[in-house]
Amino acid sequence: MRKEKGWKEIPEGGLIVEPGNAREYNTGSWRSSRPIRDEEKCTNCLICWIYCPDSSIIVKDNEIVEIDLEHCKGCGICATECPVKAIKMVPEGEAE
Amino acid sequence: MSNIQALTGDGSVANAMRQINPDVVAVYPITPQTEIAQEFASFVSDGLVDTELINVESEHSAMSACVGASASGARVMTATSANGLALMWEIVYIAASMRLPIVMPVVNRALSGPINIHCDHSDCMGARDSGWIQVHSENAQEAYDNTIQAVRIGEQEKVRLPVMVNLDGFILSHGMERVELLDDAEATKFIGELKTQYPLLDVDHPVTYGPLDLYDYYFEHKRQQVEAMENVLEVITSVGEEFGKLTGRKYGIMEKYKLDDAEVAAVALGSTNGTAQAAVDELREEGIRAGLLKLRVFRPFPVKEIVEALSNAKHVAIFDRSISFGGFGGPLFTEIRSAFLGNDKIPATANYIYGLGGRDINVEDIKTVYKNLTSGKSETVNYVNVRE
Ligand code: SF4
Ligand code: SF4
Repeated sequence: MRKEKGWKEIPEGGLIVEPGNAREYNTGSWRSSRPIRDEEKCTNCLICWIYCPDSSIIVKDNEIVEIDLEHCKGCGICATECPVKAIKMVPEGEAE
Repeated sequence: MSNIQALTGDGSVANAMRQINPDVVAVYPITPQTEIAQEFASFVSDGLVDTELINVESEHSAMSACVGASASGARVMTATSANGLALMWEIVYIAASMRLPIVMPVVNRALSGPINIHCDHSDCMGARDSGWIQVHSENAQEAYDNTIQAVRIGEQEKVRLPVMVNLDGFILSHGMERVELLDDAEATKFIGELKTQYPLLDVDHPVTYGPLDLYDYYFEHKRQQVEAMENVLEVITSVGEEFGKLTGRKYGIMEKYKLDDAEVAAVALGSTNGTAQAAVDELREEGIRAGLLKLRVFRPFPVKEIVEALSNAKHVAIFDRSISFGGFGGPLFTEIRSAFLGNDKIPATANYIYGLGGRDINVEDIKTVYKNLTSGKSETVNYVNVRE
């Protein structure tokens, strides 16, 4: 968990003064189920990468390398859009 | 070198705006503020200011344009009255919470309904919790002086809050008085340059204004606003002193009139203080030790200073030109009365609600209030000059 700052430490007026700091906001803590990708089935078509609203599908050299669970909030869009049903949403309690 | 003119309250405010020369003014006409906008618009047409004047379609838009312009790094003003302020409501709070030092003369007028265009303080009092600094003016001179000082006060780094400069509708806005204006160059020098913080137009340092702020940080931002308000009285005092050195008209948080040895005192905001001073003079001649506390600053509420100023009085009449329906007296009354809790000396206080919708109050009315106070004829909450 990120330590929340006190009122003396934050910019006035609710301003965001560093661009791009949404990255530091751990939306992964909202997740109730997580996407599990079956590497065998996955064709690396990257449709899930396009659709993921949190840029949580991490791609390197045209292949998925991981799903960023710090930011994936478990919306399940990737699982819905995957044409070969390679992604399964598993409730957090059941995922290891 | 000063420049003496015959001006109405609105005219004096418009001249202050001319000297402030704001980057942006977004304004919509409403009686009795209209003459400010009208006169300022003629200054724009005559090329006397560099202001971008935005003619908007409502006060909600006026304040919205002010918020955008101020966030972009401009010095910004608007002006309004009563229902205009009410229509701005949503954005009035946003201006304060984004810490934008917008200056807004409010020509005080009764809120509808029934519709009425005359003076009372129901407009500004409704905005007392909005996070704006609120100063009041006794006459056209003070309306001018307060407008000039407001820019300095609001823009102060440890403040950065918007300021309402209140002046009583018609009584001040349309009454012609002798007003001493600063020399233009002196005014420019006194006001100084706006030091922006996080201007939106600084594309090399991009910032976001107005993001979602939930239970994890909203409260901290409110706490910051409290702190900014706590810094205000000190700033008002130092700006008022500096203004005094320049003009001979020194300003503070309040003005005490024959108060030090007063047994019976009154507190009021705005133009009524002129009438009340005449009443105090006459009462003194009759041998009554009367005094007056003219409060200049209502927000932030100067608790310590008020208690100190009134502690020696036995009786205090608190004049409210607005009403809090279903409440325990008017806003000035409830705050002053509770300010005394825990103090060693607590004067007997009574509330006098008066002047709603422009109902006149004269010297005799005020003298009667003082006399009723000492003779035990007052209730806790009284209504002056209302017919049974
Ligand atoms: S569940 Fe939603 S947030 Fe998580 S990876 Fe899939 S699309 Fe992205
Ligand atoms: S959409 Fe399905 S198949 Fe395509 S890359 Fe994502 S998981 Fe693999």
